[in-house]
Amino acid sequence: MARNVLSPPLGKGSKAKWRKMLPERAIAVFLFLCSFLSILTTVGIVAVLLFEAISFFTEVSFLEFITGTRWTPLFSSKQFGVLALVAGTTLTAVLAMMVALPLGLLSAIYLSEYAPSRVRNTVKPILEILAGIPTVVYGYFALLFVTPLLRGISEDISVFNALSAAIVMGLMILPMVSSLSEDAMRAVPRTLREGAYALGSTKLEVSTLVVVPAALSGIVSAFILAVSRAIGETMIVTIAAGQNPNFTLNPFVPIETMTAYIVQVSMGDTPAGSIEFKTIFAVALLLFAITLVMNLLSQYVVSRFREEYE
Amino acid sequence: MAVISRSDFERVRGRRRWMGRAFHALCLLSVAIALGMLAVLLVYLLVQGVTRIDWSFLTSFPSRHPEQAGIKAAIVGSVYVVIIAGVVAFTLGVASALYLEEYAARSKFARIAKINIANLAGVPSIVYGILGLEIFVRTMGLGKSVLAGGFTLGLLVLPIIIVAASEAIRAVPPSLREGAYALGATRWQVVWNMVIPQAFPGIMTGVILAVSRAMGETAPLIAMGALTFVPFTPTSPLSRFTVLPIQIFNWTSRPQQGFQEAAAAGIIVLLVILLFMNAGAVILRSRFQNKWEG
Amino acid sequence: MQEMDYILQTRGLSVYYDTKKVVTDVNLDVARNRITAIIGPSGCGKSTLLRCFNRMNDLIPTARVEGQVLFDGRDLYGPDIDPTEIRYLIGMVFQRPNPFPKSIYDNVAFGPRINGFKGDMEEVVERSLRRAALWDEVKDRLKASALALSGGQQQRLCIARALAVEPSVILMDEPCSALDPIATLAIEELMRELSEDYSIIIVTHNMQQAARVSNYTAFLMVEESRVGFLVEFGESRRIFTNPVDERTEAYITGRFG
Repeated sequence: MARNVLSPPLGKGSKAKWRKMLPERAIAVFLFLCSFLSILTTVGIVAVLLFEAISFFTEVSFLEFITGTRWTPLFSSKQFGVLALVAGTTLTAVLAMMVALPLGLLSAIYLSEYAPSRVRNTVKPILEILAGIPTVVYGYFALLFVTPLLRGISEDISVFNALSAAIVMGLMILPMVSSLSEDAMRAVPRTLREGAYALGSTKLEVSTLVVVPAALSGIVSAFILAVSRAIGETMIVTIAAGQNPNFTLNPFVPIETMTAYIVQVSMGDTPAGSIEFKTIFAVALLLFAITLVMNLLSQYVVSRFREEYE
Repeated sequence: MAVISRSDFERVRGRRRWMGRAFHALCLLSVAIALGMLAVLLVYLLVQGVTRIDWSFLTSFPSRHPEQAGIKAAIVGSVYVVIIAGVVAFTLGVASALYLEEYAARSKFARIAKINIANLAGVPSIVYGILGLEIFVRTMGLGKSVLAGGFTLGLLVLPIIIVAASEAIRAVPPSLREGAYALGATRWQVVWNMVIPQAFPGIMTGVILAVSRAMGETAPLIAMGALTFVPFTPTSPLSRFTVLPIQIFNWTSRPQQGFQEAAAAGIIVLLVILLFMNAGAVILRSRFQNKWEG
Repeated sequence: MQEMDYILQTRGLSVYYDTKKVVTDVNLDVARNRITAIIGPSGCGKSTLLRCFNRMNDLIPTARVEGQVLFDGRDLYGPDIDPTEIRYLIGMVFQRPNPFPKSIYDNVAFGPRINGFKGDMEEVVERSLRRAALWDEVKDRLKASALALSGGQQQRLCIARALAVEPSVILMDEPCSALDPIATLAIEELMRELSEDYSIIIVTHNMQQAARVSNYTAFLMVEESRVGFLVEFGESRRIFTNPVDERTEAYITGRFG
């Protein structure tokens, strides 16, 4: 039933009717404008980033930006190779996923397939507390608890390092992986599990050969979202991973991520309008583009590969 | 008759049993690691910070001397910013959800708007900070003020409220609406008298989730230009300010043990506030459920 | 009655969900290489009873079974019994076709693979699909997704999947309830052929179907207490023409249920 609220009222336009319809329409217009604002937000983000980034790229070659591996805009000899920041972001995100992916998936399998409902109803909300803890708290934990622990194991690990930040970031995104994966697994019809049990399957075989493959689109999309979240994460890496844009995949040395660089410039006294300041828009644009592609990919995976049951 | 020889079956069965147990243990271990890390995190914070919390910690401004530093300015700043963010996001979020679910459901606009909202929810928070800096601080001339910070966080948490409110509105049974329409009610009368009261607990749950998120955000406010050292409380919406997470960040980054303890104490205060807000959400939801079901 | 060869027997079998009894005191003898039908009004516990024969009820945490189920004389609920082995020996086909979201081939190969089959898998797949009268329809697209098949084909695939491990008993839980009449007829024909080699127990709400295909029929019903019980059991021909119990007669003549 499609009702067009903006269409004229039925019948003759009597005054009484107008009095009744006018506020109705005003409200509809107001609500429309509010919902339009979220579209405007996206437009605003893109416009702001593009505007300043284009101004940046009139002074710095795009090719140097996207292929260079040295990032020193705040030094006197300026180089704008963003790959140094991209490497830091990639390194922390990959390491974080190496923590969050197995732990999250196995937790999801436990909650969905093994845990009695009482255990699940207790454990799941507790796990989700992890997702509600502010990231600055994780940063504190990474720098002051995990890093000293790691340095106790090996002398080669610096005070600021990618590993510590990534481990804690993995803990932070774990509930996202486990929650979304579990939702996907629980959406697998019970009859499929019964079909596998009826052939003599053990719980392990039902879980890994039937449930996980059947829920794969949801699980993959959860992973992509989690990666996107790890790429955009700011405070943990700012606090614990350092501010040294090293083009390296060594997790023991200080690095700098795209997000941490933006914080570094924001907290400094870089004058607005300078080339140094404009770098954050170029970096933010790249960050926005990467996470947008991942979010769209995640939605695509869900809609494209969802198995249609019954 | 069997296609699988007894000996093959027996041999494989031994392995399957063993692997099944090992896998079960592995799954349990994963959950235990996650829960254990959470426990370690909380215990470590308590040990580090709980002795530092006293009345003067809550009522003092930050200081160069760690033992005198407090979170008064940060708490007040957080409360102001979060209230503004909450009001902005609540108004815009509920209005958007009403439009998308009640007025324009299944329209092309609604479809695009929903994809857009899903993507906005995935935009890194620091990008919102840059947006706030350019739009609110510079273009609108609000400066690096409480108001600009509140607006920035309001936009950041808007998708959370829209999604929660949309779900709550969709869950209102169509029969209620049809009954009211059948009595000649206008669309807004139906929305105001039927849909909003029914969807209210769901909407409030979303609001509390959103406000909790805003309360813990650091990066967007730093990018927007909030201060890190603020020895005063904001006096007007256009005052400069800091918030609790930024204060914590500032103390965490200092080498002195005393500041790190202050950071832990600040974190405990922040987590307690979040805990109360979430407990409020749970109580609110259960009370509304009882009201309708009981 | 002459001395019979029974593959499955229940002795005083009762099933509980939590503390609630749902089936009480069933004594039933299932003959080898025959088709035994379980009929009765909805809610009488037909499916619950069927799921005792391969311990599928174990998967419901609150379910509990009392009494005995003897499989070739061995108690299925004995302490040394592995339920996964029981389910390997006793196959099952469900109300709605439930092929895995995998290829046709992988669906059929699933059982042999997990249970340690070492021989020629292609041969097993072909033989099982032939037995299930599906081979000619799918032989050119074994790698295609099973979900692309029609409902009737999916159900025959599920039968092939159950046959692939060569069970001695096949349990069928209203296997035609989601199918059209033509697909139903194909499945019924298949059941008659399979009964030469397999013992089949079928739960059905369709009395004509029970009368058409089964050798023996058990009639369950339920009264105010909501506990299902066995009213009458015997040769289908006799049950449907000359029932002893008047409640059976009332049911088969359509006076209730």
